[in-house]
Amino acid sequence: MSHITFSDVEVTYKTGLVALRGATLEIPRGQFVVIVGLSGAGKSTLIRTINNLVVPSRGDVAIDGRSVTKAKGQELRKLRSDIGMIFQTFNLVKRSSVLRNVLAGRLGAVQPLRGVLGLFPKTDVALAHDCLQRVGIPEKAFVRADTLSGGQQQRVGIARALAQEPSVMLADEPVASLDPPTSHAVLRDLKRIAREDGITTIVNLHFIDMAREYADRIIGMRDGLVVFDGTAAEATDAVFEAIYGRPIDEERDLRGRS
Amino acid sequence: MAVPDPATAHATPLKPGFAARLLNWSTWAVIAALFVVSVQQTGFGFDGLAEGAVDFARFFRRLAPDWTALPQIWAPLIETLQIAYLATIFGTLLGLPLIFLASNNTTVNTPVMVVARSILTVLRSIPDLLYAAILAPILAPGPLPGVVALTIFTMAVLAKLTSETVESVDPGPLEALKAVGAGRHRMIMYGVLPQISATLTSYVLYIFEINVRASVVIGLVGAGGIGNLLNRYLSFFDYGGLGALIIVVFFVVLAIDSLSVWARSRLI
Ligand SMILES: Nc1ncnc2c1ncn2[C@@H]1O[C@H](COP(=O)(O)OP(=O)(O)O)[C@@H](O)[C@H]1O
Ligand SMILES: [Mg+2]
Repeated sequence: MSHITFSDVEVTYKTGLVALRGATLEIPRGQFVVIVGLSGAGKSTLIRTINNLVVPSRGDVAIDGRSVTKAKGQELRKLRSDIGMIFQTFNLVKRSSVLRNVLAGRLGAVQPLRGVLGLFPKTDVALAHDCLQRVGIPEKAFVRADTLSGGQQQRVGIARALAQEPSVMLADEPVASLDPPTSHAVLRDLKRIAREDGITTIVNLHFIDMAREYADRIIGMRDGLVVFDGTAAEATDAVFEAIYGRPIDEERDLRGRS
Repeated sequence: MAVPDPATAHATPLKPGFAARLLNWSTWAVIAALFVVSVQQTGFGFDGLAEGAVDFARFFRRLAPDWTALPQIWAPLIETLQIAYLATIFGTLLGLPLIFLASNNTTVNTPVMVVARSILTVLRSIPDLLYAAILAPILAPGPLPGVVALTIFTMAVLAKLTSETVESVDPGPLEALKAVGAGRHRMIMYGVLPQISATLTSYVLYIFEINVRASVVIGLVGAGGIGNLLNRYLSFFDYGGLGALIIVVFFVVLAIDSLSVWARSRLI
């Protein structure tokens, strides 16, 4: 049973550039999917159609059969509250406390007046602390977000997404700003939590080894097209070379050097 | 809600050599021409100034403060401060929503943004003294027109100071909040306000300083407060009272400015 369904999704930006050329995919519940491809291949675009931050010019994305693409206003916000997202640059409110950043994950769900006044129910605050516990930084709740290291900030990002109690997790190059050991630690956390909660997770990554290590399924993109879709075992070096259009270097990092 | 592209959000800096090209001979010629025309048309002359100086010296000697006027001064002085205080609060409360509507990252849609920007442009272009002069007869002279005039003035100055502040906030947190499913108000509350609060507080204190001074002056055109008393002393040739008033106002304004400057220096 498909959890996320892409039906012939095409994205044309205002500039006229076609960033996604008809993607049709079915992603089952709980799958850990890694998307690989050169810079500009359309990975971020694909991921952002899932929560409608990018609006497809054709086709449809649905979660549990409900169209995210066609949803508007309150309905769209409700669908988004079920989809967590973490970012390469973490996107925290730097001057706010860690706890407040995590509580922001409740903003799609809290009562209207409460959200405006800045009051969160006790259960939300407890949940936020719980999320920080799960990403391993419970003691950081009351410090300012910008005093944390990169790895810790990304954990706050994950905690914020977890506070949504989402069924889908999107991660757009979540470890591109982190060093390799921290990257692995963050990806391990992400994978463990996805397992425990049965969260369908879609991650953009640049490193072949990481993609193979964590992915249940790898999707390769090139010039707005899905050019590979298979298991980690099927994604051989030859497959990666075809996706990236060039040989694998010794660092096994296929980030586009543009 | 559009999140600005960080690559294009910043204005292009001035090209080097711009100042040099601006200050070529033709610019100097225009400045000189305007100077000559202005001197002739205003009748500005140093003999006039000299006469004025003599008058001023005579006037100044009579300004020896009459401290028995003090009890008369306090009530309108406090009224002046209250006018400035209320106007600062009302102006901020009314101005902020307008500023958010006028900023491309927090507006509702483009037509609303254009309307909000137009309103702010109009507000900004009218001097505060003019608001007070127009409003005083309409709203019955007294503190009310003063509050209304300075409220509008506060909105205008705040808009001028903060429009860029709102548009230049880090768009990352806003995108994250949007992804969470937060609506516009929550994005402003949790994404924008924490980023601008220090700057905003500093601007509001600064505007309060300006409002204290402005509320002294607008009293002259009938908008209540100490300016009213100032007007009375002037028209009854009560120079002793005038002297006391000027000294009191000087020290009160100085105290408020210093306090505000101190508070602002601690904010950023
Ligand atoms: N907001 C936008 N407006 C116009 N073009 C865009 C926008 N976002 C991305 N693009 C373009 O779409 C293409 C795909 O971008 P993206 O999805 O970010 O690729 P990736 O994440 O794989 O690097 C690129 O050519 C990029 O320049
Ligand atoms: Mg990208």
